[in-house]
Amino acid sequence: MPTHDSNQIKRARREENQSEHDTTVVSTTNNAELDNEVDSLLDEIDEILEVNAEDFVKSFVQKGGQ
Amino acid sequence: MIMTVNRIMGIETEYGVTVPGHPTMNAMVTSSHIVNAYARLSGLDQGLHARWDYDRESPLRDARGFDQSRADADPSQLTDDQELGLENIILTNGARLYVDHAHPEYSSPEVTNPRDAALWDKAGETIMHQAAVFAPKFDGVQIKLYKNNVDNKGASYGTHENYLMARQTPFTNIVRLLTPFFVTRQIFTGAGRLGQGQEGNVKKFQISQRADYFEAEVGLETTLKRPIINTRDEPHADPEKYRRLHVIVGDANMSEKATMLKMGSTSLILALIESGFEDFAQFDLANPVAAMSKVSYDTTMNSVLTMANGSSMRAVDMQFAYLETIRSHLYSHNEPDEQTAEVLDLWQQTLDSLNDQTGEHRVAARYVDWVAKYQLMQGYRDRDGLEWNSPRLGLIDLQYSDIDPGRGIALKLMNRGSIDTLFNADQVDIATRDAPHDTRAYFRGECVRRYPQNVAAASWDSIVFDTGGDTLLRIPTLEPRRGNRDSLQSLLDQSESAADLLNSLRSHD
Repeated sequence: MPTHDSNQIKRARREENQSEHDTTVVSTTNNAELDNEVDSLLDEIDEILEVNAEDFVKSFVQKGGQ
Repeated sequence: MIMTVNRIMGIETEYGVTVPGHPTMNAMVTSSHIVNAYARLSGLDQGLHARWDYDRESPLRDARGFDQSRADADPSQLTDDQELGLENIILTNGARLYVDHAHPEYSSPEVTNPRDAALWDKAGETIMHQAAVFAPKFDGVQIKLYKNNVDNKGASYGTHENYLMARQTPFTNIVRLLTPFFVTRQIFTGAGRLGQGQEGNVKKFQISQRADYFEAEVGLETTLKRPIINTRDEPHADPEKYRRLHVIVGDANMSEKATMLKMGSTSLILALIESGFEDFAQFDLANPVAAMSKVSYDTTMNSVLTMANGSSMRAVDMQFAYLETIRSHLYSHNEPDEQTAEVLDLWQQTLDSLNDQTGEHRVAARYVDWVAKYQLMQGYRDRDGLEWNSPRLGLIDLQYSDIDPGRGIALKLMNRGSIDTLFNADQVDIATRDAPHDTRAYFRGECVRRYPQNVAAASWDSIVFDTGGDTLLRIPTLEPRRGNRDSLQSLLDQSESAADLLNSLRSHD
């Protein structure tokens, strides 16, 4: 279960990584660009995800085939 | 012997089928709805309802030289039982669309090369989607189809590859070289699965959907105790000349490039075996069945497999060795043709990318299904702090293979350019209606298209005509490369009726 705390930890880790590269402008820019790319991809996927993940996955039951 | 990817091949895909909100719907019924819907949509229901000709099928013939008795067979092995196949149609592109027990299945027309295999496989996906849109809705809900192999509750269903081989190749050689190849090719054929163990209880990622369901090295079964090498011996062609290798070990791939690489690399391994290569020992694994899941469970690409001689080797290194062996054999025989060169380059660049020790696999992420899926899940884990057992990741696992372009994640990734494609919409559209021009699928598809009132039945190796007389007439199509467009188009164009065609064929022979 995602908790508020673990979100903070993830964000903190990302900020930590970025500050290590503060001396190199290019790296920081690349990190930020990559993050933006991933974020926009995830936003697009968010839009098409089925609602109620747990129920949806639970109800996907198949008979065995070959 | 020319080393080439070119050989008669094809892919059969069983699709997952559900109606959201209607969990008790009978899968045989919904699968029939799909097949019936496409029959209506394509106008194929207006014809004679050409039925699949089961008389010529022998699913219990084992390549090791014996027939399993029907009494001993598990009912699921009796694929020729017409009562279980509720609907079964032959399409104008030469494919077979039917209900296989509880799944709608598309069996592609015969093609001659991996690129065409990927194209007519993609056409099948499109046909399935069109059928789902056209089929009845249940309380307004459309039937959903998934091009995958597991439900993560214990059930698995297959995506089978078929390759025609020269009969005289000893089956033991095929088993020997192909087994380690199938174990290790998972690193680029795997479609990814969030769940380990047959029931999917352990919520960890693995690279192949099918790995956990393989419990034997060699055998005839396809629905339980599945073997890495399936010994079904039904060539659907002259059995003195040909063997059809029936491969059940692969994953369904959404990625067209992955499909092409899967078919192409396997075809080259078969060419190597057919050329008389016998230096098997370097590839022999100590325990192939155990190695299937060992390879599948390792996303680092660095775990080692124990070889029969006691040494160890990573899966990716074994694949490099296969590729090297093929290249050296090839260059001692001939320059590669264009398609073969394309597959070799793709194979090389894939292995190089999977071998990337940073774990980024930038190139492979663009067309190896498990890498694309895994990286997407990692993105969600990072952004939302999700654990692997999060329902949202389980949903992504499933929805990756949804074939509805409005919902399917792989299709979305292709649409926005994150996953490579090989074909544009027009090419796929044409392949849903037209057969490959260079195999007997052309003859089958054109007869269904031109003489729908006269094709009573068809199978891979024959067409049965009804021209209104007392008897039906069976035209054998035993040679997979004959019955192609070059030899038959003008004859077909000149034959207004099936009777005309049959007369022309009689006078030609």
